Amino acid sequence: MSTAVAARLRPSPGLVANARVVGALSMRSLKQAFRRPQFLAPIVIFPSLFLAVNVGGAGRATDIPAFPDVAGFLDFELAGAIVQATMLSAVSGGIALALDIESGFMDRLIASPISRAAIVVGRLASTAVMGVIAGVWFIAIGLIFGAEIKAGVPGALLVIVLAAATASAWGGFGAALALRSGTASVVQGVFPLVFVIIFLSSAFFPGNLLLEPAKTISDWNPMSFIAEAMRDPIVSGISGEPLLEGVLAIAGVLALGAGLSVWGLRKRLAG
Amino acid sequence: MRGTWLLMKRALNEVIRVPGAAIPGIMAPALFLLGLTAVFGKLTLLPGFSTNDFMAFILPVSVMQAATFSGAATGVNLARDIEQGWFDRLYVSPLSRGSLLAGHVFSASLRAMMPITAVILIAVIFGVGIQGVDGLLLAIVIAGAFAATIACYAVILALRFRTQQAAPLMQAGGFMMVLFTTSYAPLELLSGWFQEIARYNPVRFILEGVRQMSVYGVDWSHTWKAVVALAGIALVFGTLAMRGLNRAADPA
Repeated sequence: MSTAVAARLRPSPGLVANARVVGALSMRSLKQAFRRPQFLAPIVIFPSLFLAVNVGGAGRATDIPAFPDVAGFLDFELAGAIVQATMLSAVSGGIALALDIESGFMDRLIASPISRAAIVVGRLASTAVMGVIAGVWFIAIGLIFGAEIKAGVPGALLVIVLAAATASAWGGFGAALALRSGTASVVQGVFPLVFVIIFLSSAFFPGNLLLEPAKTISDWNPMSFIAEAMRDPIVSGISGEPLLEGVLAIAGVLALGAGLSVWGLRKRLAG
Repeated sequence: MRGTWLLMKRALNEVIRVPGAAIPGIMAPALFLLGLTAVFGKLTLLPGFSTNDFMAFILPVSVMQAATFSGAATGVNLARDIEQGWFDRLYVSPLSRGSLLAGHVFSASLRAMMPITAVILIAVIFGVGIQGVDGLLLAIVIAGAFAATIACYAVILALRFRTQQAAPLMQAGGFMMVLFTTSYAPLELLSGWFQEIARYNPVRFILEGVRQMSVYGVDWSHTWKAVVALAGIALVFGTLAMRGLNRAADPA
């Protein structure tokens, strides 16, 4: 390889510096999450308790004639628990960012010679890691309590990747809200919205068995596509259509969330 | 008695002066009522389900959730009073410890009335039929008493942790006591281990007592079990809360 080609392939010093900043900031966010149980508990404990209640309370739902053919209700519900955890990760990430703004840490970051985008990307990267943790946690819980991942190890890995992408996609909304409001209590106030989005999707129950108007809304809710993409490798195997629809839904949420974050950051810098 | 009433009045003032603070307490149970009905509404198709109206079946869960959050709010407010040092002043006042506890926990019953009424109204608007005025009044009384019981549980945690950061533990703990029962389906339709937890969870009897309002209609067999379960839980949590108060007043 000639020296000129090698030089062209080498990452620019700016990119390397930004990657280092993103890495450092996301590591800081993760340490923050693990040191403060109030950030971690909603991501793991609440969805686990809801999973237990849903499976124990509505487990016989598989006997309903129109219910899809699944090995068990736990297998069906795992995807719902994971998407719930990813959304709660996004809200927790937003709260942590708002706390950074309240404490003045954000101002110090803005005054430092780093890319502004790296500040938000660092936060979203840590939210993605929380998504990985949620994915691994619920797959482990599922396997311990008798669920079966039909697509095997590749299917489990796919679910974890989708969970990471979903968490960072919704994380954009959390970050945007934190940047615009600057207060943790406002971001915390959107917790109920997480349940609205999930209840109006096929995350917890098959779309064809939801009551109206949830049934119609779920047909268009991106969360339904994301949940189905995660559910497919668990209950049947990896297939193209649900995966493609899920990836497109994540991409749409990511684009909108990232756009809102950039807008929020610009407004904050202008203000 | 006067001290108890003054403390209850103080707690009510917080609701009257900051009415916006009551909104989350109404919104969360209303959201679960509508959301769980939309999601699990077709469970009534299962053979053996005791009603064909899932919202009527799940309404008591939302009523109990409203009571739980009101009870937990009492604990959170107590933790705030401890953080701000106001509770120390109550300790050195000539108020008895019993009055101090009663004032806090009974204020939860009063505070619970607003979200409980709101949730029942929403259910009625969405077509839930109420099984008589006696059933409605009985449900409100049982749920109000449950709010006081959960307030005792929240007081125990507030005195133990002495910080508002324990709020999720107060709210989630109480709510899980309600959910690990016949919340989604009748006992016979619950799955294995969950059915066993629900069978021995005393909160199930309280929930079934409230469910007389929208599903069964009033009958003695549900009522006495709810009253006994309430009394038992109140005795345990009340005793522990009283012990916590005495210990906090005299740490040595």
